[in-house]
Amino acid sequence: MAILNVNGKKTEFSGDEDTPLLWALREQLGLTGTKYGCGIAQCGACTIHIDGEAVRSCVYPVGALEGSEKITTIEGLSETGEHPVQQAWAELDVPQCGFCQPGMIMAVSALLAENPNASDADIDETITNICRCGTFVRIREGIHLAKKKL
Amino acid sequence: MTLLSKTSRPVSRRNFIIGSSAAGLSLGVLAGCTASETGSTVEAPDYSSLPANPEVNAWVHIHHDDTVNVRIVRSEMGQGTSTGLAQLVAEELECDWDKIQVEFPTPGQSLARNRVWGSFGTGGSQGVRGSQKYVREGAAAARIMLIEAAANDWGVPASECIAANGIITHKASKNKTSFGAVAAAAAKLSPPEKVVLKDPKNWTIIGAPKKRLDTADKLTGALKYGSDLYFEGMKLAAIKDCPILGGSLKSFDASVPMSMAGVREVLQIGNAVVVVADSWWQAHSALEATPIEWDGGELASYSSKDIDALLEDGLGASETFTGNKGGDVAAALKTAAKTVKATYGVPAQNHATMEPMNATALWTKDKCEVWCPTQNGEAALSAAAKAAGLPPEQCEVYKVLLGGGFGRRGMSDYVTQAVEIAKAMPGIHIKLQWSREEDMRHGFYHPVTQAKLTGGLDADGNLVGVDLKISGQSILAALAPQALANGVDYATFQGLLPSGVNPRLEDQILKYSFPNFHIHHAMRNPPVRPGFWRGVNLNQNAIYLESFMDEMAHAANRDPLEFRLAHLKDAPKMAAVLSAVAKKGGWGAKDGKSRGLACIYGFGSYVAACSQVSISKDGKLKIEKITAATDCGHAANPQQIEAQVQGSFVYGLSAMLYGEITYKDGQVEQTNFDTYNSMRIADMPEVDVIIMPSGGFWGGVGEPTIAVGAPSVLNAIYAATGKRIRQLPLKNQNLST
Repeated sequence: MAILNVNGKKTEFSGDEDTPLLWALREQLGLTGTKYGCGIAQCGACTIHIDGEAVRSCVYPVGALEGSEKITTIEGLSETGEHPVQQAWAELDVPQCGFCQPGMIMAVSALLAENPNASDADIDETITNICRCGTFVRIREGIHLAKKKL
Repeated sequence: MTLLSKTSRPVSRRNFIIGSSAAGLSLGVLAGCTASETGSTVEAPDYSSLPANPEVNAWVHIHHDDTVNVRIVRSEMGQGTSTGLAQLVAEELECDWDKIQVEFPTPGQSLARNRVWGSFGTGGSQGVRGSQKYVREGAAAARIMLIEAAANDWGVPASECIAANGIITHKASKNKTSFGAVAAAAAKLSPPEKVVLKDPKNWTIIGAPKKRLDTADKLTGALKYGSDLYFEGMKLAAIKDCPILGGSLKSFDASVPMSMAGVREVLQIGNAVVVVADSWWQAHSALEATPIEWDGGELASYSSKDIDALLEDGLGASETFTGNKGGDVAAALKTAAKTVKATYGVPAQNHATMEPMNATALWTKDKCEVWCPTQNGEAALSAAAKAAGLPPEQCEVYKVLLGGGFGRRGMSDYVTQAVEIAKAMPGIHIKLQWSREEDMRHGFYHPVTQAKLTGGLDADGNLVGVDLKISGQSILAALAPQALANGVDYATFQGLLPSGVNPRLEDQILKYSFPNFHIHHAMRNPPVRPGFWRGVNLNQNAIYLESFMDEMAHAANRDPLEFRLAHLKDAPKMAAVLSAVAKKGGWGAKDGKSRGLACIYGFGSYVAACSQVSISKDGKLKIEKITAATDCGHAANPQQIEAQVQGSFVYGLSAMLYGEITYKDGQVEQTNFDTYNSMRIADMPEVDVIIMPSGGFWGGVGEPTIAVGAPSVLNAIYAATGKRIRQLPLKNQNLST
């Protein structure tokens, strides 16, 4: 049985080991901040961290997880919702509908953890999440603002 | 109102409240109650022994702690309308902006109160402009009643009292009281017979760049969208509707999914197979494993080639519907020294909201409840009642914030499906969640059209005549044939119409003055489902006209800015936005940059764009910068208008770069974002937004600027390469030089 080590808590996943992590998070743990947008790792709405690295959870089977691997979802990114990226997003009023933003924030926080001086070129290469409302201008501003808050 | 009976809620950063019934969803589920609740350090007075305040009027409900609930029935799908409308209310109410909360009344409550809040429909960039008058009047009436209640209490004339920031003051005695303290007394007063709205020059909240009221929970994952709802005992449904145009469900083997883990039911709903399971992943997996046979019917071999042939036939047709006409274009073209001809085409688009379609329904023999993201709560209620087989009075729809709308969620097909499934499983909450593939195949697609343009120039390069013939699909013919006027779909001519055709299309007028012109439509309706897609017909009409204006300017050896302005002498506001983007966007600068222009009037606003691009030798396009301007009359919230303009380009340019819905074997070929791509941040240009509200009118914001994105970029591509792109999307074109 797969062990889910999510936001500092370990639970056993009772379903099929082929189940994508996205659906285990959403349907067993009730962590619905991680969104379903495409199911084929295209849109990034399901982005979470595994040991700090951004992963698209919609194609990541729970059976592939080691119990020691630490999963972080948007709900566990910070206790108070005041991670530098979240603060920057609030300051600039980044979200429109907001549906893609948890995945966007997780992708950006992983990028900045690895590369606190991420350049525009780094952003272009790494942040490939889709936003249909089109918040990209403020996302870019938000990333640069978050860098100052790290 | 059920929700409003809740008393002494703490003032929190949560500014949105979603209607719910006592029997259905508890407030805690929808609103969450964790991360963003921050305890106040000042001890709040305890109002728990007092009865709850009644509403002052339909628009405003003020609690003892001075919290103001503003009722808004237009849907919030990210466009910021609810914050904008709350600003309008706060302005006239003179309340404390920091104590504003937005509340969404339900369609059932509206029905019971004779539609006191007006239309729930949220489309056509009408959210603010279509509601501003009655919302402001409602708020002003509430303010007058609150002041009167305080004045009565003090025994002084109301005319000696003023309201500001939620406090009423008697000027002479300096007596003060708060809105919350007099709200109950105000509610008993008769509404004023006459309401005078504030002079715009005295506005302090309208026009201010207020932060959105609904951001906090979008940053922590706490916000519950429709797809996130959970109810005790709820079952999850996955659906696969017949993917073939006009086809039907022939047979399916239910024994396969029924043998799989978690599966509770396998159903046929219309021509769709539905699997209901304990989790959505189980339902989806079982549905994918289900052997299904479709009956293709007459359109089983239909393809995009058939659509092309139909539209090409329209381009050559002599019988057309006239949208706008002046002078004698045929005669003018005969005498022209130079004739310019071009054919353009824009393919069908899917809305592809980030959140695929979903709805949750609970059906019993005497009640049906639905929780869903919708752009039209009343239409959703009507669809629910019909599917439930119950009168609307026994049904209710609770609106949830939308993970994108763009026109798609003005339709209620997914609501009907959810209720039909719930009806087959009485007493159980059923959440129907579409897969992205289902969403891609069962859209209401942006109509497919082509256009043939002929322009004539005299020997001096003056435009003598222009003929614009559109061939293609009418949205109204498919969705609202009763709205056709003697067969004509005037909405096809958005941005190209004369004044006086239809009061509902006065916001879609052609602003150019042409000496001789004919704008007409050969209606050709392929058997695919069209829909209202953000920007609707303004998008392709602007591509056709504004690309062709560029073509004619170049043919006349004239500067495209000067050429346009020469035909905008009677449209100073149009000329003003165009001149503004040209000036700020560096038009005419000798800096080696390639730029293109476009302007149009649509959804009641004057908009223009100056785009700057670079293209590598091997044809890689970089859209470097768009300078955009809008004159939307009054600008309720400039920072949100900026966000809408920036976002509108992502929607329009994603279509220009990548978007096309095509058919093969009677089926949509695109299945997901791998085959229906959307812009990423790397594609995103810098966007400089010039907001230049000239006052005196209320124009739309969410849609109009989409229309100037693509033509300004296409014109810039021409400037860079000499290549005139007339067929979209660009991914099918070679830009190498």
